Amino acid sequence: MTNKLFVTGMAIVSVLAVMVLMAPVICRYDPVSINIKQALLAPSNAHIFGTDYLGRDLFSRVIYGGRVSMMIGLVAVMIALITGVVVGSISGYYGGVTDLVLMGVVDIMLCFPALFLILAVVAMLEPGIVNIMVIIGLTGWMGVARLVRAEILSLKNREFILTSRALGAGSARIIFKHLIPNAIAPVLVSAVLGVAGAVLLESSLSFLGLGVQLPSPSWGNILMEGKASLGVCWWPMAFPGLFILITVLGFNLLGEGLRQFFLPYKV
Amino acid sequence: MRHYLIRRIILTVPTIIGISLVSFVVIHLAPGNPVDSMTMLDPKVSFEAREKLMAQYGLDRPIYAQYMDWVRRIVFLDFGVSYRDGQKVIAKVAARAPVTLLINILSVLLILLIAIPIGAASAVRCGGLYDRFTTVIVFIGFAFPGFWLALLLMSLFGIRLGWLPVQGIVSLDFDTLTAVGKTVDVAMHLVLPVFVSCVGGIAGMSRYVRNNMLEILHKDYIKMARAKGIKERDVIYKHALGNAVLPIITILGLSVPGLIGGSVIFESVFGIPGMGRLFYESVMSRDYPVVMAVLVIGALLTLVGNLMADISYSVADPRVRYDK
Amino acid sequence: MGMDYSLKGLPARGDCLIAASIADAITLIPMVASDSASHELCSLIYSGLIRYDKDLNIIGDLALSWEISQNGREIVFTLRDDVRWHDAVPFTADDVLFTYHSLIDPKTRTPYAGDFNKIESLQVINPYKIKVTYAQPFAPALSSWAMPIIPRHLLQNEDLSFAKFGRQPVGTGPYKFVRWVTGQQIVLKANDDYFGQRPYIDYYIYRVIPDPSTMFLELQAGGVDLMGLTPLQYNRQTQNVYFNRCFNKYSYPSHGYTYLGYNLRDNKFKDKKVRVALDMAVDKQSIIDGVLLGLGRICTGPFLPDSWAYNKGVMSRRRDIPGAKRLLAQAGWADTDGDGIIDKDGIKFQFCLLINQGNSLREYAAQMIQQQLKEVGVMMRIQSIEWGVLLGEFINKKRFEAVLMGWGLPPEPDCLDIWHSSRVREGEFNFISYKNEEVDRLLEQGRLVIDRASRAGIYQRIHSILYDEQPYMFLWIEDSLPIIHKRFKNIKSSPSGIRYNFTEWYVPSEEQKYGPRHKVLL
Repeated sequence: MTNKLFVTGMAIVSVLAVMVLMAPVICRYDPVSINIKQALLAPSNAHIFGTDYLGRDLFSRVIYGGRVSMMIGLVAVMIALITGVVVGSISGYYGGVTDLVLMGVVDIMLCFPALFLILAVVAMLEPGIVNIMVIIGLTGWMGVARLVRAEILSLKNREFILTSRALGAGSARIIFKHLIPNAIAPVLVSAVLGVAGAVLLESSLSFLGLGVQLPSPSWGNILMEGKASLGVCWWPMAFPGLFILITVLGFNLLGEGLRQFFLPYKV
Repeated sequence: MRHYLIRRIILTVPTIIGISLVSFVVIHLAPGNPVDSMTMLDPKVSFEAREKLMAQYGLDRPIYAQYMDWVRRIVFLDFGVSYRDGQKVIAKVAARAPVTLLINILSVLLILLIAIPIGAASAVRCGGLYDRFTTVIVFIGFAFPGFWLALLLMSLFGIRLGWLPVQGIVSLDFDTLTAVGKTVDVAMHLVLPVFVSCVGGIAGMSRYVRNNMLEILHKDYIKMARAKGIKERDVIYKHALGNAVLPIITILGLSVPGLIGGSVIFESVFGIPGMGRLFYESVMSRDYPVVMAVLVIGALLTLVGNLMADISYSVADPRVRYDK
Repeated sequence: MGMDYSLKGLPARGDCLIAASIADAITLIPMVASDSASHELCSLIYSGLIRYDKDLNIIGDLALSWEISQNGREIVFTLRDDVRWHDAVPFTADDVLFTYHSLIDPKTRTPYAGDFNKIESLQVINPYKIKVTYAQPFAPALSSWAMPIIPRHLLQNEDLSFAKFGRQPVGTGPYKFVRWVTGQQIVLKANDDYFGQRPYIDYYIYRVIPDPSTMFLELQAGGVDLMGLTPLQYNRQTQNVYFNRCFNKYSYPSHGYTYLGYNLRDNKFKDKKVRVALDMAVDKQSIIDGVLLGLGRICTGPFLPDSWAYNKGVMSRRRDIPGAKRLLAQAGWADTDGDGIIDKDGIKFQFCLLINQGNSLREYAAQMIQQQLKEVGVMMRIQSIEWGVLLGEFINKKRFEAVLMGWGLPPEPDCLDIWHSSRVREGEFNFISYKNEEVDRLLEQGRLVIDRASRAGIYQRIHSILYDEQPYMFLWIEDSLPIIHKRFKNIKSSPSGIRYNFTEWYVPSEEQKYGPRHKVLL
């Protein structure tokens, strides 16, 4: 079972990654080139996903859009990861008042519905891919921080840590050399699952009209544009949605697979 | 027990202060102000009128003064008046909150009702055909973008089949219906929104129950029970399931913000005038008092959810109190 | 047998029209509201002193007649004496005086004080006669009195910005307010006591459906009788048998235009040759065909086409890439380094076009302009920004290079606030910093001269100067595309749209859908 989840997830994610990275090779059309005489053509051999309102090839748009969506997912998770690991390890290692304050911040942040916070900030800042990545990242680090802190608390008094401290190793060295590597498994799992969440968040933001800016296509805003033709043609909405679904599925399977691999029977 | 309760409640005070601070800062760091989106690009709005509006809203005062003022008032649940229509903010929120809460509570109930049996059954038949099938379904359900699913279901059930209404929470002739008719009417309107809002939850929760259950089924005391010759059914449903389901209380508390956040999406799609929609409208028109109020109230609801979860968990499982 | 077929199809009272809107109204106090949803409802609940007929001529509403003095500074209105507020209190000149005082009161949060601040005095001569005196002749004066009049007896001790009245209004218009369910619907009922012709349609329900594509689904499901279509819905989704059987579609030019405005303080755009070249590089018709699916017309200036202010002699430039390149070269812009982007003094011609979020037609158009400008070596980037931030941080502060936006086209052509060189302070409307002495002078004259023919000459001259100078690239006037259920009869398209005779719309009794059994309507 473990293997199957992991293998399926890995396969999906790898195929997507290859498609997205090889975009210039596999796409026959420019994703932004407009040809209004070809508007809203149904899928055919020439355009396997059909064309959109401005006659752009949807396959190219979806593949190039994948670059943007996946990048947002990955970078946002990196930001969340770094913030979470730093906060979590400081909190766990130093304990005391530092721990109290930092975990207080975590508690506060966890109280806000993430989408509310993101909406409020995104709507009011100058929009752009960078802002979206940062904001999604900064509202998603709390889980990682708690995980890392818990791991470190449980490791802190183990023998090998005490030994290295006795040998005169500095705090930073202990944290980075010994504690973090030991906490890596649960963090990795939550990071992989986090990518799926971030891709979904990006598409929700675009759905509300606050997502990635033109002219960069992302799955969210291709879908948003496609919504306008709801009822007259299905393809502009179907394909980007399907790709979001498959990507999220892929990362979730991968994450779950990793979880079972690293932490069998543990939640 | 009482000691634990008191300590737990006192601990929320700094959190509440933090919540108010974050809500306020998030809004006031932003560029732009509500007067601009209100008046600009109407050639009949004069320059002086704009200045006048700024002063009337108190937007020309220093930011810390605005914060202190605001906090002093929200202690008494006075969130001020909306910039958009001059209504009391608390009244606006109170008018919108019930629908959102109703849908979320129904979702939670539905999630529990569906997810626990599914999860438990697939744990018991781990690796079997049923488990594999539900695993696939659960993962797909979990991966659906909510608004996409909503639009797909809406065009299928609302338009193609015409079985369900697609917009709002009541029909136009609602007032003429009998009590039974009214209930049916609301129920019909809620089918799709509640379904969409709980799909992800069902998937996540059943997975959680399954994994929890698996873990427990491998515990010594279960093996012991089996060895003692207790019937397999009793082992599973009396001993294992109870223990597997208990931690769900905590998970439920944690899932409150996700549900409330998700309401922005499905309320937009289904045209439901709830808190999520109110928040979105207010954000887009920079109605600061309403945005801040919904942020604070949304966070407080989560806080209360967590508190209740912790307390009920500690009642159900006394060990917790001493662990912490 | 017993049925009287002769009555079939005849005007009859009854039924209900359900109109759909993206947004809920904000307040139903007309001078405090600044959104179109509120204005639409206010126009049914209230009356002004004057209104526009189907050909956009000014006709009396609460005013029976008026006289404008020789010097153009005074207007004497004679008011109707048979008008009662929805609560049966008689309407008098005191209500007009009160409305005026509320408008100019600094405490009122109204954006519409401008025209009324020009009034020197407003005198009540008798309960049905008032004299308005302006400090100097003010041509738009009469049209400003389309402002809905509010009831003194209900509002005199209220702060208008917060009054409960805004959610339970009382007016003199053809429809009375019944109920407002926030975020869902507003219900109006025909006013039996209306001083004009009592509307045939008994109820008007204004339904809020926040998403345009789901609104369209609801139209198909029968929950909506009237909505505005998108060009795509108009052309491709409503062509089938079902729609032809159940709905009538209309199309007529909307009262607004879309333009690309340049920041004229930016060195790139200071040269008129450059602006004309950009205009030549963009094929407006292709944008109209591609984005609006042909449902719009080319715009050449800031006046309502077919109105007296519009200059029919202004011809749209044809797309001419070589010509545009020549002009750019004359202005010193050429591609010296062969990278496909023209440059001058080592600076490349690239700029950022700002648009507001959520307007998909503008997003499409921006992308087409981007592609067309590339052909003359101009690099345009697009950034869409939330409305409030766009206005507050970029437009008001003049932190932009170019912007894609729209203006309304009211029947009164006075546009001094948009084009006059004095209107360039932060938050004022000449945010592109346009300055032309002749235009300044003409705009001032246009306000002072009352005679229609002389005014026509002034505005037509402004039209031709603006098109020649290209401070904006004037783009298009899109069509309004309402769709209405077929049971509603007597709907006529006209220059002012279809709403002007709303009180005359009717549903023949045999086709009425909502009747007394729908107690919701009572």
